Amino acid sequence: MLRFVVSRAAMVIPTFLGVTFLSFFLIRLVPGDPIEVRVGERGIAPERLALLRHEMGLDQPLWHQFYAYIVQILHGNLGLSIVTQTPVLHEFATLFPATLELSVCAILIAIVLGLPAGVIAAVRRGSLFDHSVMGVSLAGYSMPIFWWALLLILLFSVNLGWTPVSGRIDAIYDVDPVTGLMLIDSLWSDDPGAFRSAVRHLILPALVLGTIPLAVIARMTRSAMLEVLGEDYIRTARAKGLSSFRVVGLHALRNALIPVVTVIGLQVGTLLGGAILTETIFSWPGIGKWLIESINRRDYPVLQGGVLLVATLVMLVNLAVDLLYGALNPRIRHGR
Amino acid sequence: MAEISEHDAKVNAPPGPLASFWHSFIENKGALGGLIVITAIFVVAILADILAPHSPIEQFRDFRLVPPVWVDGGLWRFPLGTDDIGRDILSRLLYGARLSLAIGVIVVTVSLSVGVLLGLIAGFFGGMIDIAVMRLMDIMLSLPSLLLAIVVVAILGPGLVNAMLAVSVVVLPHYARLTRAAVLTELGKDYVVASRVAGAGSLRLMFDTILPNCMAPLIVQATLGFSTAILDAAALGFLGLGAQPPTPEWGTMLASAREFVQSAWWVVTLPGLSILVTVLAFNLLGDGLRDALDPKLKR
Amino acid sequence: MMIGLRGAALGVAIATLCAAPAIAKTLVYCSEGSPENFGPQVNTTGTSFDASMPIYSRLVEFVRGKTETTPGLAESWTVSDDGLIYTFKLRHGVKWQTTAAFKPTRDFNADDVIFTFERQWKSDNPFHNISGAAYDYFNDMGMPTLLKSIDKVDDYTVKVVLTRPESPFIADLAMPFGSILSAEYAAQLLKAGAADRIDQDPVGTGPFQLVKYEKDAIVRYKTFADYYGGKQTIDGLVFVITPDASVRYAKLKAGECQVMPYPNPADLAAMKQDAAIDLPHQEGLNIGYLSMNVTKKPFDDKRVRQAINYAIDRKTIVDAVFQGSGTVAKNPIPPIMWSYNNQVTDYPYDPAKAKELLAAAGYPNGFETDLWAMPVQRPYNPNARRMAEMMQADLAKVGITAKIVSYEWGEYRKRMQAGEHQMALFGWTGDNGDPDNFLHVLLGCDAARVGGNNVSKWCDKAFDDLVVKAEQISDQAERAKLYEQAQVIFKEEAPWVTIAHSIVYEPIRKEVTNYKIIPLGLHIFEGVGLK
Repeated sequence: MLRFVVSRAAMVIPTFLGVTFLSFFLIRLVPGDPIEVRVGERGIAPERLALLRHEMGLDQPLWHQFYAYIVQILHGNLGLSIVTQTPVLHEFATLFPATLELSVCAILIAIVLGLPAGVIAAVRRGSLFDHSVMGVSLAGYSMPIFWWALLLILLFSVNLGWTPVSGRIDAIYDVDPVTGLMLIDSLWSDDPGAFRSAVRHLILPALVLGTIPLAVIARMTRSAMLEVLGEDYIRTARAKGLSSFRVVGLHALRNALIPVVTVIGLQVGTLLGGAILTETIFSWPGIGKWLIESINRRDYPVLQGGVLLVATLVMLVNLAVDLLYGALNPRIRHGR
Repeated sequence: MAEISEHDAKVNAPPGPLASFWHSFIENKGALGGLIVITAIFVVAILADILAPHSPIEQFRDFRLVPPVWVDGGLWRFPLGTDDIGRDILSRLLYGARLSLAIGVIVVTVSLSVGVLLGLIAGFFGGMIDIAVMRLMDIMLSLPSLLLAIVVVAILGPGLVNAMLAVSVVVLPHYARLTRAAVLTELGKDYVVASRVAGAGSLRLMFDTILPNCMAPLIVQATLGFSTAILDAAALGFLGLGAQPPTPEWGTMLASAREFVQSAWWVVTLPGLSILVTVLAFNLLGDGLRDALDPKLKR
Repeated sequence: MMIGLRGAALGVAIATLCAAPAIAKTLVYCSEGSPENFGPQVNTTGTSFDASMPIYSRLVEFVRGKTETTPGLAESWTVSDDGLIYTFKLRHGVKWQTTAAFKPTRDFNADDVIFTFERQWKSDNPFHNISGAAYDYFNDMGMPTLLKSIDKVDDYTVKVVLTRPESPFIADLAMPFGSILSAEYAAQLLKAGAADRIDQDPVGTGPFQLVKYEKDAIVRYKTFADYYGGKQTIDGLVFVITPDASVRYAKLKAGECQVMPYPNPADLAAMKQDAAIDLPHQEGLNIGYLSMNVTKKPFDDKRVRQAINYAIDRKTIVDAVFQGSGTVAKNPIPPIMWSYNNQVTDYPYDPAKAKELLAAAGYPNGFETDLWAMPVQRPYNPNARRMAEMMQADLAKVGITAKIVSYEWGEYRKRMQAGEHQMALFGWTGDNGDPDNFLHVLLGCDAARVGGNNVSKWCDKAFDDLVVKAEQISDQAERAKLYEQAQVIFKEEAPWVTIAHSIVYEPIRKEVTNYKIIPLGLHIFEGVGLK
């Protein structure tokens, strides 16, 4: 097992290097540079452009810039944003908790609703419940989430007035960002209204972002359960007279979880992609919006640093999933 | 990866595989419904020239934002209303079906074939090839797909073809991973060992023996991939990076109509509904195929 | 309900923000984006100016809602006869804001003025290279070559010498880059080795001071009690960052904010109906136009350019693209600007006349051309692509086949300034409210060079003489006459099809009092109250 863990963990290193390389060069392939994009209609004199490019080091050959960037990273420094002149790492640390909070809530909603729904649907295959779960989850999976978000806002915020339209908390609550997670920070502040406000702000975006993972998890759980329930050992267990609950809960679910865990792991990347749209529509101050803006402004340090951080995060989650997968499925770890 | 499990030896259903498949498929009402809707969409897409009352890009400048016919102020001339520069929405939706189907077909074909090939090679040969291919896939998977797609489109420039290319690139690793995992699972099985012992060559083993046994999960993934393709392309359109106006692509229609969400609902809801229905139909079909293809789930 | 709880429990700093009166009198503005930082000199976007302007004051201010100027930190000034020497008398007793990082020991004086301009001007100023600052506006307004010297005569007198007479100079000083920084604060930061905080933790003399900025979420200000112009009637100002226009409108409707910029044109009708919302509007300080490159055939022929003017149905196009938030333009400057010549007769929509002119010019069957459309939304053109589609249809009716072309935005501008296009959509947003900023900058001969802002590359001697002369005299009435003549020449020669000026709508809730739309496109809350 240790060998498996070590060898799997070692695989992260080349991926990390690859991402560093890819993010640096891909972004520089995008036409236009930060200065050109900023100046708008008025344009800029060629001499001044050259001077500014020189000051930013953009006139250096790409390989030099890449080398300097790598040296910087090795010193734990991701550089300064061209636009705001604050350290990229600092900006990430400020914004990431918002995305984390949103994503965790989204995936929690997805798991809490999706897993039991999938299990029950599988156990009661062909029932009305099964059909409803499959129908709803298919509709969820088929949903253009930006459109879904607008419809939900229209219904719950504009027409019914139940939830706020955007943001993380009402402007009247001045909550100090201690953890950056609004739910916790607002609970910390001794005002019950702040927490309620934070929950009400979180609920729609989390629901929107959780829609696709919810559908995927429900589907996956159901199909994995169906397969497992069809296996000989389950039939044997049932034949032996084990209670249906024990069979489903213990034997079947444990095995069915293997693909489900993998799928949840794969959802992390999808989730961050969805966060780009969700954050844009709900004005959620997270990293999705931050990265898109940095592309538009050609803010190279933010984009390459932000992408690197996000990718590292996804890699770590994938690593954890793989290790878990190995722990759950002995054949994989012995296969190596 | 999810769909694989211990297939025993190949099941040879007595009435012939195709008939048996069809039999179990039509039993599934959802799948049948999906198939019917998709067939209808294909027919509409092909006959758009005949069915559409107007050209999708003709501007009736005296009829801007006319609501659908059943709403006050609606006109029979524009059954589903017009958009902000007076184009007939019904006609645009009909022509849009063409584009959305094309996006789905092309993206799935490209990503599936490249992804499966990479996955087969990685899983079957293992070693350095496996490591190289899977590292590359890992790198791509570790970037949020929409972000990667946006970067690719930013490099290539916005447009329908570039958007399709970008989406194909970002979904490809999923197929590669799935295939590789399936291959790894299958490789250990008795029938593969048996074929090997019987002297089957690598290629034959790969495409003749193993691939068919990984088909079920791939088909499910591919039908889901259809929805992903249409949705991702629409998301790019929504961000202004997909098909460019006046192309009547549904996602782009939705994007340029976004500002009407509170004032002219038909401009916003109808393209969104079209996407939803189409993608839903493909998912229903995929579900039915999955149930029908997976022999173990047969009664 | 939570007010009592909080006020009792929390410290003074928070209490001043959230105590009972503060909540009743906090103005919430749903802003459209995040500020880059709080340094008006280094900012490059209107969004950032909106966030940094409330903190500072300038020597000269625009009259709120107008393009005319009024004394600010400078009580008065005199100009020498040759127009080269400006002597500013500074206001006494102006207090600096006290923040967590800075306690001022003295009032505003001449040192602050000198520091502000030297930071932007002199590369040996220790703050010149802070914040990666490019000082875009300082440079764009030609300050480095225009300024000869800035000297302190005494604590309350500053003498500025220019290298050439330039009448828009006073208006330039009212622009955001003229916001006065504290030299004392800067010296303290330098000593502490924290010079880079100058644009992050701002200290100004303006009506509001920054309390907190939560990136991409909220900017909080409190009222500066010792503001020289008098304490504001509201106690706090909050910017809630809300990039999506539909969402901003929904928040405004729900009362989550009281003022919002940039509504969707499509929502205007509903806003007009809403009893809780006022919808003030005003023409924007901008022009959207179709540039015809006069150095390329067939646009070197005036008749062809006029024919295009007749061929395009601008009224319908503006209605469709702007949805009521734009008006058809006939002059290159907007009607809110002084010297706007309303006597100019516009080209009506007349395809027959267009065909006639084309035939006379030797193109009875039209010709093929390209038609560029920018890929981005601009204030003077919310949807260039759509506008181009509609023009394409109009031009086809007179036999002209136009192919729509687009490039990445930076590339687009560069290629246009290089004169690569035949016909292209473009536009301009004014900086300082001076006609020179449009007529000379966009249509003068020296801007017609490759890389210059005169993208039609149109150089007309008679026109150029007028606008150059107008720049050098300081009497406004006299300047206005010259500009009015220039507009007549422009219309006759037709280097552009003038398309539209945007109409700026700013929905506000009824409880907001004394809010004014700012022609320069900024959003200023000084003097705004809440019922």
